[in-house]
Amino acid sequence: MLGLNRKDTTLLIIVAILALAAPVIFNIFPADSKMAFFNSGYPDLMQRFVIFGIFAIGFNILFGLTGYLSFGHAAFLGVGSYAAVWMFKLLNYNIVPAILLSIIVAGLFSVVIGWISLRRSGIYFSILTLAFAEMSFRLAYSVLTPLTNGETGLQVYNDDPQILLGNGPTVPHLFGLEMRSRAVVDVGPWEFTFPVGYYLCAILMLLSFYLSIRIFRSPFGMMLRAIKSNQTRMSYTGLNPKPYTLAAFVISGMYAGLAGGLLAAMDPLAGAERMQWTASGEVVIMAILGGAGTLIGPILGAGAIKYLENVFSKMNETLLESWFAFLPHWLQETLVWVISKFTGEGWHLTLGALFMLVIIFLPGGLVEGGQKIAARLRRKKPADDTDAAKTKPAE
Amino acid sequence: MDAIILQLLNGLDKGSAYALIALGLTLIFGTLGVVNFAHGALFMIGAFCAVALQRILGTSFVTEDPTQKDFLGNPLKVQTPYLESWFGPETGSAIIDWSVPLAILLAIPVMVAIGFIMERGLIKHFYKRPHADQILVTFGLAIVLQELIRSYFGANPIQSPAPEAFKGSFDFGVMLGFDPNVIIYPYWRMVYFAFSAVIIGAVFAFLQFTTFGMVVRAGMADRETVGLLGINIDKRFTFMFGLAAAVAGVAGVMYAPINSPNYHMGMDFLVLSFVVVVVGGMGSLPGAVAAGFLLGILESFASMNVVKNLLPGIDQIIIYLVAIVILLARPRGLLGKKGVMED
Repeated sequence: MLGLNRKDTTLLIIVAILALAAPVIFNIFPADSKMAFFNSGYPDLMQRFVIFGIFAIGFNILFGLTGYLSFGHAAFLGVGSYAAVWMFKLLNYNIVPAILLSIIVAGLFSVVIGWISLRRSGIYFSILTLAFAEMSFRLAYSVLTPLTNGETGLQVYNDDPQILLGNGPTVPHLFGLEMRSRAVVDVGPWEFTFPVGYYLCAILMLLSFYLSIRIFRSPFGMMLRAIKSNQTRMSYTGLNPKPYTLAAFVISGMYAGLAGGLLAAMDPLAGAERMQWTASGEVVIMAILGGAGTLIGPILGAGAIKYLENVFSKMNETLLESWFAFLPHWLQETLVWVISKFTGEGWHLTLGALFMLVIIFLPGGLVEGGQKIAARLRRKKPADDTDAAKTKPAE
Repeated sequence: MDAIILQLLNGLDKGSAYALIALGLTLIFGTLGVVNFAHGALFMIGAFCAVALQRILGTSFVTEDPTQKDFLGNPLKVQTPYLESWFGPETGSAIIDWSVPLAILLAIPVMVAIGFIMERGLIKHFYKRPHADQILVTFGLAIVLQELIRSYFGANPIQSPAPEAFKGSFDFGVMLGFDPNVIIYPYWRMVYFAFSAVIIGAVFAFLQFTTFGMVVRAGMADRETVGLLGINIDKRFTFMFGLAAAVAGVAGVMYAPINSPNYHMGMDFLVLSFVVVVVGGMGSLPGAVAAGFLLGILESFASMNVVKNLLPGIDQIIIYLVAIVILLARPRGLLGKKGVMED
């Protein structure tokens, strides 16, 4: 179907079902039950799941296929956001021109940065992208204030031209369909919210995912894998790797721009923090946690990180105390003390620790973990041979 | 002219911090071939050694003073810092006052131990893995260390005062024949610069003139051959990791009074110091030091008003611009050796 083989079609359909049913899946517990804490079906959060999913899918096209580790992709996300907000300021709140412009601007920006950065590989490439992103962040903070509104962040004001606004809505909309409008369905004790904005992002995420499958399976994707496995050998065969890596870089930059544009479309403001290098680190973490180089990995990683962030940062000490209230007092206090270091504001500690554990014990990420568990359930040895074939050059 | 001298002095200071961190990064890269994204975190831990020591020394305990009664007639409770109760008020507060220099002595063994644990416990397993994995695992470690510090010391910057004796400023203006109060320079910054120079000199002398250093240098050049000669080079390289951690830590302690320590100072310095390492030439120790000072001075010149009016915002990005230009024109960096990571 759609030019995919059966396995990929199944994968796409599963992702589509998951994405479209997310408002139900993430609200699996009744609203007034004790487990309702683990529900994450609010529009804002679900939108973040899929938007960062798009960002991670794009990042994976560069890192997963070519092995070039960019530490500056947040710059494209930020540029995309700024472009979208500028469209809101100049034209009107329709998100179509905004998102188109964010993709284009991020694409152009990534052509420039990619063209320079890709002259080096390995650690130099990482540091160059890092330097560019940090430079963009600082520029957005200081000199480019007329364009970016510096520390305050860019937002839409009443005295902005908005030449096409007319009588249209004054919130982001798709030809009149407001992003923040939603349908709330009550089913017994459950309460499900179906937001427009989320579904728009989810559909774009599915399109991005489909495109990334096509890229993975295309001769172009094959070429990128060849670059990852042995660039020298590839250039000896007479192929210049540069155009391919640059194309991969720009495609992933445009994905990031789309994600940035969508972030602005859901909430029409853009700040420089989106471009900081630790934000680039976050997308790296997502891709690795899910499984870099696999199709589904980045989406899983983005979802897992955003979900854990939400759940862990909500756990405060009072909540923990109520959870462990059945334990003896001293044990309760100790447990709360230990766990509270990892939750609430300390959620980043969990993130860092989780990330280290994945890198150390599970370099293939959640996907590899899943495969290992599946293989063990089938009482087979994990399929090591495929990995070995990928990394070891044929002698 | 006076402005230029002032910026030169400021630049030397910034440059010392960059040079010390970059020196440690280069030691680790040169010996173990590891790209250590947790090095900024080591710098930060150093700064918090000073804070911790101040807390410990200043910690007080509550006693009852029988000579004073509150309005109900009970003995009044008073807080006495341990040190003051042991050594008397004068000596006690004098010791607290000198906590930053004392913290340097504390930081060296602490940082060496942390370095050993990091290398043996974690980084050892990553030698054979790609650079990307090394970057990622040390990045994760940096997040963990940073968050541990934040969860203990909080998110706000903490004051870490220099000893009273170094609180004032020296007037270079008067010395050089300018107006007074034009080029004034805090004593602690002078100490910082001088001590940095001493550390850098000591590291170079250690590598240059001791047998141990000679073996390490040989190992940096050709690890396998040195190993074949029957020398346990791994042990020496582990020690070098500890030394690099100690250099970063001491730089952090010294830096604490200049800029109040906060939990993200490591990440702030990390990107810059990587840029410094790359500009200097990956794996070149003199390159790291030279580039550190060069970029520090460039940055502070760029923050002069004359320059800023001409090119607004240049002070924010000068280092990155220089790095990009140098990486493109001369990929091996200023003093880098041919062929080291030059692809």
